[in-house]
Amino acid sequence: MIAVLRATLAKDLRLEWRSKDAVNSMLFFALLVAVIFSFSFDPTAEESRRIAGGLIWVAFLFAAVVALNQTWARELRSQVLDAYRVSPASPNALFLAKAVGNFLFVALLEVLMTPLFIVFYNLRAIGPVWQLALVAALGTWALVVNGTFFAAMSIRTRSREVMLPLILFPISIPALIAMVQATTGILTGELSPRFWINLLLVYDVVFTTACLVLFETVLDAE
Amino acid sequence: MRKATVFALITLGLLTWGLHQAMVAAPTEATMGDVQRIFYYHVPSAWTAFACFLLNFVASIVYLFKRGQRADAFALSTAEVGVVFCTVVLVTGPLWAKPVWGIWWTWDARLTSTLVLWLIYVSYLLLRKFSTSGQTPVIAAVLAVFGFLDVPLVYWSIRIFRTQHPQPVVGGGEGSGIDAQMFQALMINWVAFMVFAAMLVWLRFRLERARQQVNEAYLLRDSADIPQRMKVSR
Repeated sequence: MIAVLRATLAKDLRLEWRSKDAVNSMLFFALLVAVIFSFSFDPTAEESRRIAGGLIWVAFLFAAVVALNQTWARELRSQVLDAYRVSPASPNALFLAKAVGNFLFVALLEVLMTPLFIVFYNLRAIGPVWQLALVAALGTWALVVNGTFFAAMSIRTRSREVMLPLILFPISIPALIAMVQATTGILTGELSPRFWINLLLVYDVVFTTACLVLFETVLDAE
Repeated sequence: MRKATVFALITLGLLTWGLHQAMVAAPTEATMGDVQRIFYYHVPSAWTAFACFLLNFVASIVYLFKRGQRADAFALSTAEVGVVFCTVVLVTGPLWAKPVWGIWWTWDARLTSTLVLWLIYVSYLLLRKFSTSGQTPVIAAVLAVFGFLDVPLVYWSIRIFRTQHPQPVVGGGEGSGIDAQMFQALMINWVAFMVFAAMLVWLRFRLERARQQVNEAYLLRDSADIPQRMKVSR
């Protein structure tokens, strides 16, 4: 299982390294969102500290969908999924490889975009900054684990690129609330993010388990 | 149609009784006045919608294990009827809130959770609608499981989210007690709504079963048309 996971992940990372399709389109998309939000709200430093949590995560959520939509397209084109279905390799290894790949892409996006948000919105955190990294890691996993799974479901629908956000966003609402609240709490230093970090942990555990239990079912559905 | 007619008559009778209970028999509420009577429709709709979503979850699980078309037809029927009743909740809520709270909507825990629940099940119906492959039931059942797992998390997160901040209005709780006559009106209406929902689910279920059987018949006919050499080559 580990070997399959590593091989699939290495293949996806190499493909992405050579084409840079997902990361480039996500980056530009997130940049556009940051700029457009800045025009629409025109916040002062104090205001932006309060709204930045929401802005950043909405931008990352929208951008992540761009990468998530591309997760299975290539495999579908080259009939990799059919080959996978008849091979004895564990379906969960494939799923985890894809989810970890997406996690790395979105994490890279966040690392590159965060300085830009800080500059654009004059951000300076009042609470403990290291907790932001924890929130980002847990929150990103919450988005990509379900996103990768739902992308595998939406490849079987008409206009699949539209379908993914339609099914992903409603389910992600608790995670999104937790990410935004935790981030706002840390930036303003007004409330403890502890509860929200715990909620994200529970969300991650519940849905990672659900994905691993049900992925084989989705993969075999053809 | 005989069974359906009997079912419809029973439902109509119960709903009429419920209407009388809600509008005439139940006493007028002390502070809110007659507008409170929307309670007898709002709350039973909510309970009925939740019951439908619960049944949808059960049917989806059964489908994932047994792969029977009946379970899938039942899941679809309960989801559709559940969304209808949930919509009734979301429409009667603001109608009641405006005169009593002074605003149509507040992002209070219960309102927000119900709205999110509605969004989840609308996305479920959309997925079913957009799905092209013959595997719609599997994908839909999987999404139903995810949606149902999400419900406690939604409620938990929004509860904390909305109680950490001061609210424009305090929630619409009526304290612990409720007048016996009011309780009776509520219960009768709930039973009437459940029977109404059961009738809708049953009719929708029959329709979906018929659709599935027509589909199967088409498939059988088409496979009979396949030339012999294709059958041999398999």
